[in-house]
Amino acid sequence: MTAINTAPSASVDALRAAFGPAIVRHAVSCGDTIVWVERDRSHEILAWLKETPGQAFNYLTDVTAVEYRDAELPFEVVYQLRSLDRKVDLRVKIPLDKSEPLAVDTVTDLWRGADWLEREVYDMFGVTFTGHPDLRRILMWDTYAEGYPLRKDFPLRGNFTRAEQTRQALAANPEAHYSIAELSIADAFSELPEDMRRRLDKGERGELR
Amino acid sequence: MGLTSPDDAAGSVEVAAVSPNFLTTTLDSLVNWGRANSLWPMPFGTACCAIEFMATAAGRFDIARFGMERMSFSPRQADVLICAGRLPFKLAPIIRRIWDQMPQPKWAISMGACASSGGIFDNYAMVQGIDTIIPVDVYVPGCPPRPEGLLYGIMLLQKKIKGESISDKSLRVEHMVDERGFFLPPEVIDELSEPFGNSVHQTRSS
Repeated sequence: MTAINTAPSASVDALRAAFGPAIVRHAVSCGDTIVWVERDRSHEILAWLKETPGQAFNYLTDVTAVEYRDAELPFEVVYQLRSLDRKVDLRVKIPLDKSEPLAVDTVTDLWRGADWLEREVYDMFGVTFTGHPDLRRILMWDTYAEGYPLRKDFPLRGNFTRAEQTRQALAANPEAHYSIAELSIADAFSELPEDMRRRLDKGERGELR
Repeated sequence: MGLTSPDDAAGSVEVAAVSPNFLTTTLDSLVNWGRANSLWPMPFGTACCAIEFMATAAGRFDIARFGMERMSFSPRQADVLICAGRLPFKLAPIIRRIWDQMPQPKWAISMGACASSGGIFDNYAMVQGIDTIIPVDVYVPGCPPRPEGLLYGIMLLQKKIKGESISDKSLRVEHMVDERGFFLPPEVIDELSEPFGNSVHQTRSS
């Protein structure tokens, strides 16, 4: 059995040297290094972690958020990074003051895969990602009005009664979930491969253009 | 069944008398016999129950033995909707649309605890029993039910079909969503169900 690594990742010292006070603190948990960074410089720091040769965290494993039951603790947005070349991980957390609107800069320009991950955080926690190209709900439907399900002030069974939830579900248009707009194909129509455009043009889906 | 070959039937009065090439029955039992033994399922598998459903359809259990030779992936050619698995509110309008697209006569089987009552998912995302969305004929309990359980449910449905009568027009009435937007009004749900969930003050509609 290998001993659990308790030493922080070398990235921490490099981050402190490069960004100084913007690195709030760091910790090691179960062998994983966690770095808390300031919200205002988060995009800059994440870009640096991705693009600096010695760091090269070129893979964004996950974006998620945490709201602690302790009201004193800040809300956190979590970025789990991995360097596929160096085979190391780094967890970056951005603490957010709950008295202010929850907003951080998007990282979709750095990792394209952040698109749906950030939409999920927006859907479940209500965090706004500034600069996100398509910030909509992803799991719940667009007209969902009960709030953000993973927030601590959200009741397990939702804010509406079962009867109201059922009524709204029955009134929903099932086509809307799987429309071209939902799949974002319409927006990217001109960028689709030629044969796919031709197929869509003939259109089982009706009016596309 | 009294069918005779042309050779036997030719000019033989005695043979015709003991084995006539017709049979008498009531129209009901003939129609119900046909319907009960050629149910085409519309599989609506959303979760782990669908795995058991697939096992039921596969070689060892083989629901083809019960006349379900063909899975009908088009609701237009389906007779029985089998909801195998939990139904989130996001899917509720879709199962309702599929049910509306199925032609009469049609029946529905709710397979498993989640489809029948919401099961362990007493939360914001899940329909608490598909009978609040579509009418259900047979509930199969289990989490998930074993294939034998589903087969028993199918046999109960066949038994139910064999008891139907074409003179009872109410059996083929389409139960649509009412003007208030409900399939089953909340007062009916509360009347039919006990206090529910984590609190004695909680009902299925609140």
